[in-house]
Amino acid sequence: MLSSLAGVLFDGFAYGMLLFLLSVGLSVTLGMMNFVNLAHCSFAMVGGYATLTLMTRFGWPFLATLPMAFLAGAVISIVLERTLYRRLYRASDLDQCLFTIGIVFISVAVFAWFYTTEQQSVRVPDWLQGAQHVGGMTLANYRVFLIVVGLAITALLVFLVENTRFGARVRAAVDNQRMARGLGIDVDRAFMLTFALGGGLAGLGGALAIQVVGLDPTFALAYLVYVLIVVAVGGLGSIGGSFAAAVVLGISDMAGKYYFPWLGAFLIYLVMVGLLMWRPQGLFGKR
Amino acid sequence: MESASAHFQAKTRWHWLEVVFWLCTLLPFVVTPNYLSLASQIAITALFALSLDLILGYAGIVSLGHAAFFGVGAYAAGLLAKHYWSEPLTGLVVAALIAGLVGYATSHIVVRFRHLALIMLTMGLGLLLHEAANSASALTGGADGLQGFRVPSVLGFKFDMFGRAAYGYSLIVLFLCFLVARRIIHSPFGLALRGIRENATRMPAIGAPSRAHLRKAYTIAAVMAGIAGALLTHTTSTVSLEVLSFGRSADVLVILILGGAGRLYGGIIGAIIYMVARDQFSGANPQYWYFWIGLLLVVVVMFLPNGILGGARALYKKPQ
Amino acid sequence: MAPALSTRNLNKSFGSLTVAQDIALELPQGVRYALIGPNGAGKTTLMNLLTGMLRPDAGQVFLSGEDVTALKPDARVKRGLARTFQINTLFPQLSAIESVALAVLEREGQAHNWWRGLPRFGAAIDEAHAILGSLKVPPTRLTRELPYGQQRLVEIALALATQPKVLLLDEPAAGVPKDESTSLFDAIANLSRSLTILFIEHDMDVVFRFAARIIVMVGGRILVEGAPADIARDERVREVYLGKAHA
Repeated sequence: MLSSLAGVLFDGFAYGMLLFLLSVGLSVTLGMMNFVNLAHCSFAMVGGYATLTLMTRFGWPFLATLPMAFLAGAVISIVLERTLYRRLYRASDLDQCLFTIGIVFISVAVFAWFYTTEQQSVRVPDWLQGAQHVGGMTLANYRVFLIVVGLAITALLVFLVENTRFGARVRAAVDNQRMARGLGIDVDRAFMLTFALGGGLAGLGGALAIQVVGLDPTFALAYLVYVLIVVAVGGLGSIGGSFAAAVVLGISDMAGKYYFPWLGAFLIYLVMVGLLMWRPQGLFGKR
Repeated sequence: MESASAHFQAKTRWHWLEVVFWLCTLLPFVVTPNYLSLASQIAITALFALSLDLILGYAGIVSLGHAAFFGVGAYAAGLLAKHYWSEPLTGLVVAALIAGLVGYATSHIVVRFRHLALIMLTMGLGLLLHEAANSASALTGGADGLQGFRVPSVLGFKFDMFGRAAYGYSLIVLFLCFLVARRIIHSPFGLALRGIRENATRMPAIGAPSRAHLRKAYTIAAVMAGIAGALLTHTTSTVSLEVLSFGRSADVLVILILGGAGRLYGGIIGAIIYMVARDQFSGANPQYWYFWIGLLLVVVVMFLPNGILGGARALYKKPQ
Repeated sequence: MAPALSTRNLNKSFGSLTVAQDIALELPQGVRYALIGPNGAGKTTLMNLLTGMLRPDAGQVFLSGEDVTALKPDARVKRGLARTFQINTLFPQLSAIESVALAVLEREGQAHNWWRGLPRFGAAIDEAHAILGSLKVPPTRLTRELPYGQQRLVEIALALATQPKVLLLDEPAAGVPKDESTSLFDAIANLSRSLTILFIEHDMDVVFRFAARIIVMVGGRILVEGAPADIARDERVREVYLGKAHA
């Protein structure tokens, strides 16, 4: 009983780390520029396909592809931001939603064209397969890997935000954009770098997700819902919020599937609706 | 300068283009008799989009979960036909009532929120309902949908593969609901909704009970969406789980924006264009469809912010 | 007779920032008050507290002696309290007469009517037309197409359409170019004498022209209240505006 609970918590936490990587970029950029970028999961998909291509077409080892997945996500973010997104910063919420959904549709079609709609998978190195048996629990190696990576990145992000000048500028811009500009902070540059960082993390998340949930062109849409839930529940512009919300949602999802399989995804949606009604600005959002 | 009452009168008069449009809706019977099933689908989607326009285009509520009411109406009509009786007109009334009740209940939650929280809440409520229907398979048939019932005819007109009864039925219901929507928009309540959309802050400052207005609009929109869902059940004699899906909520939003929100005809125009295009393009490769719709969305947002109708109006500048 | 608008012990803080401290007002019917003070003194905040857009941490607001502290803004409007906004808060795509007619319809409780067409509500339309006519605003143009000065007048028209007993004007002439401000001030001068008016204003000429009494606010507190001549002579007021050296 207890070991199955611990197992659920472990698996849920690992899943939460994945959701965190996929969502944190969107949360921060939404908080900074109020730009609703629903194509965020397309960046994840790009990272996933980058890893896939490098491994299957060019024989790269799995770990080596991960930085490239990050890079792919970051590059595509910058390209989109510089060319198209910056014209829509003043547009309404609805317009931004619709525009970026259009980008999602296009990305789904493009990837389906090049990679077909088949589910893809990759062979991760042997030491990442299998599981450890600790105290009666079965801890899958890959999940441990996810948790380690997730926590490491979280620590890096927190360090970046709290201890660097760049982080200070980002925090200022999220808090009060007009004031930050008035203080001479180049908000546009800070935003572009943040956007790239967020897109890169999403790409990394997409690559890491292949082993857990697979990869096909509908990823960009399917996980959008989860990412939006994490962002809305965690609060815009908050790394801590995204972390907390991702963990809560990851564990709720696992717990739901394990203890109440007949409920399906019902539990996450119920948790989200309940949390939003209690705190519409999210767990850590402002206002 | 026109007098005050003439100013208001002018807005309520029927334009000749409107009359022409509605007369043209009769054309499919004669010109494209093989496509009447598609035509009835278009009419149903148009009604669904019109119901969304009431809350999105006129009151400014961005909902990503409007399919909830469409689905409730569809399932209500289906369950009624399966377990009790299969007369469609009374089925419409029952479906409308049930969808309205669900709409009224959820409206109390929805009207308290704005911006991202509102979008997420409407989406979440829609997803919840979808999951609930999926799980309650004993009642709803779950992922397989509701089957094993038939709605044979309406007022003696048989639903057959030619689709004449289906299109006639859908078209008449669409037109009647359209007339109601038109009345609402040109009434004091419609003006209040536009006021909320234009400046929600100002409304309480002129003594307006905004939330009460929004609850009412939301309920009316739910009733209309429920009617559309029931129409789908009656004309196809099935209910699939897809009627409650997020995809359907997203689709109807895209359709409305395509045509132009807040312009009464936007949903209808958008439905015609979207569904005809989808019928033509997605046959061989569904990927192509996603690409072109995505491109269209991008183009519409960048260059046609008021949808196709807005663009048409800008080209054909009419004096107000 | 109870004062038209009064408050008792009104307090509001945002964290450690106190924006309203022990505000006690008593405004009798029919008197015009100017509310002045340096930027950040809390004047607009006070208006938000009076109208109910902000909830106080402590204290009460009374309209004609009735405690309205727990009432939402739209309920206070129905009891005779109206306001205008410092920045135009109008309905851009509605025409001026549609906007004012809406306010009249809401007042009469007719805005819930979704079956009868607007042209049938002739009384409301005529009243809206009359209000706009008295302010010399063309009724049928879209609000967003009106020049700024006329938009400011629509702000006032919307407030008047609610038939208030107390009118709060937040910097009515803010941002209005000099050539358009004459009609604005004429309109304010012509406002009914039975109205209790409280207006925030920075331009001292306007203040002395229209106000029967002046309230001075500094740092969230009311410094002093009195007749214009007394306020002009008051040393503390001079200090606030000109600094201690000049007092």
